[in-house]
Amino acid sequence: MTVAVRLSALSKKFGSFSANSNISLSVEKGTIHALVGENGAGKSTLTKIIYGMFRPTSGEIFIDGKAVCFSSPRDAIHSGIGMVHQHFMLIPELTVTENIILGNEPCQIFQRIPLKKSKALILNDATAYGLALDPDALVGSLSIGEQQRVEILKLLFRRAAIMIFDEPTAVLTPLETERFFATLRSLRDKGKSIILITHKLDEVLAVADMVSVMRKGEIVGTIPAASTTKGELAQMMVGRSLLLRVTNPPASPGETVLDINKLCFRTKKGVDRLHDLSFTIRAGEIYGIAGVEGNGQSELLQVLWGLAPEGASIGGEALLRGCSLIGKKPAEIARMGVSHIPEDRLRHAVIANYTVSENFLFGRHRERSFHQGTGFNSSAVNGYTEEMIADYAVSCNSPNRQPLRALSGGNQQKVVLARELSRPAISLLLLAQPTRGVDIGAIETIHQKIIEARTNGVAILLVSSELEEIIALSTRIGCLYKGSIRHTFSQEEVELKRDSAEAFQKEIGLHIT
Amino acid sequence: MNRKSIKLLIPLLSILSALVVSTLIIALAGRDPLMIFGKMFHATFGSAYGSGQVLFRMTTLIFVALAVALPFQVRLFNIGAEGQLLMGAFVAAMTGTMLPPWVPSTAAISLCIMTAMAAGASWALLAGVLRVRFGVNEVIGTIMLNFIAQGITGYLLTWHFALPSTVHTAPITDAAIIPSFSALTGWFANSPANLSTLLAIGMTLLFRILLFSSRFGYEMRAVGLQPDAARYAGINAGMHALTAMGIGGAAAGLGAANIVLGYRHFYEAGMTGGVGFAGIAVALLAGARPLWILLSALFFGVLEYGGLTVNALIPKDIFMIIEALTIILVIAFNALGRRFG
Repeated sequence: MTVAVRLSALSKKFGSFSANSNISLSVEKGTIHALVGENGAGKSTLTKIIYGMFRPTSGEIFIDGKAVCFSSPRDAIHSGIGMVHQHFMLIPELTVTENIILGNEPCQIFQRIPLKKSKALILNDATAYGLALDPDALVGSLSIGEQQRVEILKLLFRRAAIMIFDEPTAVLTPLETERFFATLRSLRDKGKSIILITHKLDEVLAVADMVSVMRKGEIVGTIPAASTTKGELAQMMVGRSLLLRVTNPPASPGETVLDINKLCFRTKKGVDRLHDLSFTIRAGEIYGIAGVEGNGQSELLQVLWGLAPEGASIGGEALLRGCSLIGKKPAEIARMGVSHIPEDRLRHAVIANYTVSENFLFGRHRERSFHQGTGFNSSAVNGYTEEMIADYAVSCNSPNRQPLRALSGGNQQKVVLARELSRPAISLLLLAQPTRGVDIGAIETIHQKIIEARTNGVAILLVSSELEEIIALSTRIGCLYKGSIRHTFSQEEVELKRDSAEAFQKEIGLHIT
Repeated sequence: MNRKSIKLLIPLLSILSALVVSTLIIALAGRDPLMIFGKMFHATFGSAYGSGQVLFRMTTLIFVALAVALPFQVRLFNIGAEGQLLMGAFVAAMTGTMLPPWVPSTAAISLCIMTAMAAGASWALLAGVLRVRFGVNEVIGTIMLNFIAQGITGYLLTWHFALPSTVHTAPITDAAIIPSFSALTGWFANSPANLSTLLAIGMTLLFRILLFSSRFGYEMRAVGLQPDAARYAGINAGMHALTAMGIGGAAAGLGAANIVLGYRHFYEAGMTGGVGFAGIAVALLAGARPLWILLSALFFGVLEYGGLTVNALIPKDIFMIIEALTIILVIAFNALGRRFG
């Protein structure tokens, strides 16, 4: 076997953040090599490096054994690499043929484009690989599956030998997915090397020859797909050694706070993201949602926080102590005693350019106790800020001057947690990825504070991609798969199994894949 | 070097480089740059009348720059200060001519100012609503509304309100005139500088307080900095976009009051002379920060009036080049500052 792509000790840094570190990988010719990992694991960065969109900070790339150095995708294309992006790079107003030859017109500039000849070439490829398409159709009139075929034909037209697919099935229907896999296999059988990025483990096992699992910018393992299981892959993807040392005393839940009943969520395009989702959370318990990202977690949080995108249709009920949350705005929901810590801290939870103390107010600036005239009562704000900084051990020397972006991820998260947990009359906390991008030192404090809030009677919905975190914190665990709870572990089960975390992780792994 | 000093340096550096380039241009045109700049200095700061002229121009510039700066804080680019100014000017003049002579001065002035503000605000709000409700980009919206404002005022003037064989309306009632400094105190020798200047400085301070010391400004800046986070915090981004446009438009209306009530005392075709567009430059040079707008407006006021005074020696178009160059350089230096800062 010859190696089509070899990466050797490849690293990519953005500022001080390592998106990829020390990645070594070989993709053999004529195989389908899957790259799996959570969002933010570094898959996209890695493929962008291979495709010449980013330059690696260090390390080398070998294509067919030759060291290469791409300064743009143009160079990568010349070396026989092609990429199908998650969002297609097609022009809807042009025909299939025009789209395929775009950028690679088989003629001189100012010459007439030999459309007929190109069409014949395209039809040739199409029949060879079973990609039925009308070359004269407008791309805008094609289905998503057909548009993907156009993208594949584009690569074939350019004689690409190495093909990268970024989340190719994210937008496909199950039937289209089947068909796409058939195409992938026929491409492989004709000697193409394929790199497939996905986080759907079923698909990996169905179509890939080799699997590499990425986590936090590193490759944690490369194994033949035939000799692994979904459970093992899921564990490699989401598990991490947190050194979780938080003590979780038994919970004594009270009355039901959040009651979710047959919740459905259908996107504008008609894709079901939540399907008859039902669960309840009682006061003083943490309900952990275990699941691979993209199974409806974001949609659930959007609905509960009143930010479902326009055009989405929502069915079923979400009741907070009997009052519906659906259709309300975030400010109203907050007034009802709900608090939200979103997963994407910098985009949704804080204003990075505001000072630390301004961020302590953010979202709570409507509370009367902070007001004075048309502005803020600086002594009330300062008192509250200082108290929180001390209570959560936020390392920050001048909260009134330091912008939040100057703080580490862990300290930023402490600010958010302190702010949300100290809301007066909080009864429900929506908590997503509480320790994402947080250093080990801060994790312990954050976990302690979460348990403390639970003990004080707050109902907490915990969404995390870290199984270990779910196991360590949750009172009960619901396994989310394709928009509904597939299995629930009761309080007794969780308390019993917490001590043998590794076996428990494997068991959960079975329910979320 | 820290961020603060870079921020301070960029406008100065841009002005300096623009001056260097214009020195070259003046020299190429066969004039002595030092002589030209010297004459300009004399004609502006060197005379009471000149200083008054600069002050008057600066006042309008402050108002229109505020009209651009406030929407800028919520990431809206208001190109329509000119249209808002036109509407404000026309409405102020109409109100002023229609008021019966027995209305006391304070009431007349306040009424005219308020109608001017309302006209400017509604013209800007129109663009805001188009943006928020219908997704019409505010740049396109405000530019088009500029043309429409020109059309409306032009039509109403020539067909209905112009005095026979002139291009201006009847004068406003005496009570609605904002007194000039020279009439009150004898300063600035008959120049058009009037009490509006105090109003402009007051408004600038008010804008600063609104933006940086009030809860309203806290929300508004958050919308500009990170709209997604603002939504998550339950802030109504659309409402802030509309108020920013509305208040901005009202400021442009005040600029109209300075021209109509403080100086010309009637509405005349072409009386704004594109000063609304100069407001964009003033706001950009100041980085849309209220207090900086005072300095930036002074700089542009000097260029504008100073250019006029040396027009016989060197075409004043040169000074348009300086103004435009300064803005391009500010933007370019800012981009560089972000890359290396």
